[in-house]
Amino acid sequence: MNNLPASERLDIVRNKFRPTVRDYIPMLFDDFFEMHGDRYYGDDGAIIGGIAYFNGTPVTVISQVKGRNLEENKASNFSMPHPEGYRKALRLAHQAEKFYRPIICLIDTPGAFCGVEAEERGQGEAIAKNLMEFMTLKTPVFSIVLGEGGSGGALALGVCDELAMLSNALYSVISPRGFASILWKDATREREACDIMKITAEDLQRLGICDYIIEEPEGGAHNNPDLVAENISSYLCDAFKRNLLKPIDELLNDRYTKFRKIGEFEENLDS
Amino acid sequence: MLEDLFSVVKTRFNGTEPNTSNVKKDVKTDIPKDLLFKCPRCSNVTFMDDFTGNAKVCPKCNYHSRISAKERIDMTFDKGSLIEFDKNMTSKNPIDFQDYEEKQESIREKTGLKDAIITGEATIRGDRVVIAVMDSRYMMASMGSVVGEKLTRAFEFATENKLPIIVFTASGGARMQEGTVSLMQMAKTSGAVARHNEAGLLYITVMTDPTTGGVTASFASLGDIIIAEPKVLIGFAGRRVIEGTIKQRLPDDFQSAEFLMEKGFVDMIVERKKIRRTLSHLLKLHQSKGGAANE
Repeated sequence: MNNLPASERLDIVRNKFRPTVRDYIPMLFDDFFEMHGDRYYGDDGAIIGGIAYFNGTPVTVISQVKGRNLEENKASNFSMPHPEGYRKALRLAHQAEKFYRPIICLIDTPGAFCGVEAEERGQGEAIAKNLMEFMTLKTPVFSIVLGEGGSGGALALGVCDELAMLSNALYSVISPRGFASILWKDATREREACDIMKITAEDLQRLGICDYIIEEPEGGAHNNPDLVAENISSYLCDAFKRNLLKPIDELLNDRYTKFRKIGEFEENLDS
Repeated sequence: MLEDLFSVVKTRFNGTEPNTSNVKKDVKTDIPKDLLFKCPRCSNVTFMDDFTGNAKVCPKCNYHSRISAKERIDMTFDKGSLIEFDKNMTSKNPIDFQDYEEKQESIREKTGLKDAIITGEATIRGDRVVIAVMDSRYMMASMGSVVGEKLTRAFEFATENKLPIIVFTASGGARMQEGTVSLMQMAKTSGAVARHNEAGLLYITVMTDPTTGGVTASFASLGDIIIAEPKVLIGFAGRRVIEGTIKQRLPDDFQSAEFLMEKGFVDMIVERKKIRRTLSHLLKLHQSKGGAANE
């Protein structure tokens, strides 16, 4: 059981030795072929996608890319996708649907990129389209938050049949930094924000958002990446067993219901 | 995010936002405030009656000011036709956010609203339609559990009853005070849009000032037809955030309705006075189509 406060988990997920999707792909999958481009505008380095085998089953893998050093981070824009990244993800998702390949989405982003070109090319529209189309995608989708899951930019890979989180991962409506800057007009108070936002895997399990927690070793995933890969792998095996044989209508109904029931409100009939 | 919106509006107004001390100097204090409207964009002063008679659009510069959901419904749909859904739904405090209940209580008192959206069924020139209208006076119409749930139910009602739906959007984005639960409302509402869409039914979005953040990144951008009011703010990221990233000031028309149309994300810009007529025409145009929409 992980008792660390969210702010300490933030340090762990930002640790420069924390494994990223590039570390996990060779540990989790065989014969990964990377696919490029959204077919409209370009190829966004912030999102990697491709096809591979998972335990002998063909799958599509889509993920945000955290860099492990400055050079990688420049190429992946510090894991902040542009609209063409989300459109690439959607293209690969439809390709997976065509061949009934399960989709594995790995979420690891502080958020969608905030910039002039991102706005010009429809950042909002690109994310919205993913939310709508993933909801009716006729193939199983599993999303795993690896590190930071920030805002709509994370959710664009998070409409799924099951959401799992690594035990130190965080998933929030806005980055803790953004939260602090709005709430207190002081971005430096992000650690404080972190601890009141209820964004740990346990918090989100209580809120009915996170379905499964994948254990990391003491101190964080970087202390034993092989073990974490093994845990992800055994989670995915179980997730496949739970979902791959479901009739498609049932799968889609369950997916809809999973999100449909999130929300806390009262109906005061007498007032 | 909200601060960004306010600062955008202020910069767009070229610093002519009336602050109370100026007003006191310019206008004699014995003139009741509600007699005159001073346009925040062009500073033109008109009689309040002329301004309200002009659908709250500045008669001089065509600024489409923010209006309440109730005013919007009155000027758009047939009088008395609204059958409101989920009138008394209020949100809980899912992440135990400090002072959230108190804050809502005081806004409820001030606005008479229970949350930031009114949903229901109405008619427009006799044609039945499901409607959802957001009200920016309520926490900048941010989307939390109530906005998400009411919208989802409205879409589900429209799908079950094979009705078109019109949504007037206005929002600062997802409601921070409900944390990740608010984020999930984006997926929930988009899912409900997906089902309505798959049933072959018409969804029209009318974007009003301001349509931003998680609302732009979910149901607002998913209409079959996307209409915007002139000069309103539409965008994903806050202007201040972008300016912070690029370290320079953005032009005033960045993220305006006109900018979005030029970039291909808005079908048409329609003046408030013509919205009712336009919507009615569009509804009629879709009545003769085959498939699910046919009775």
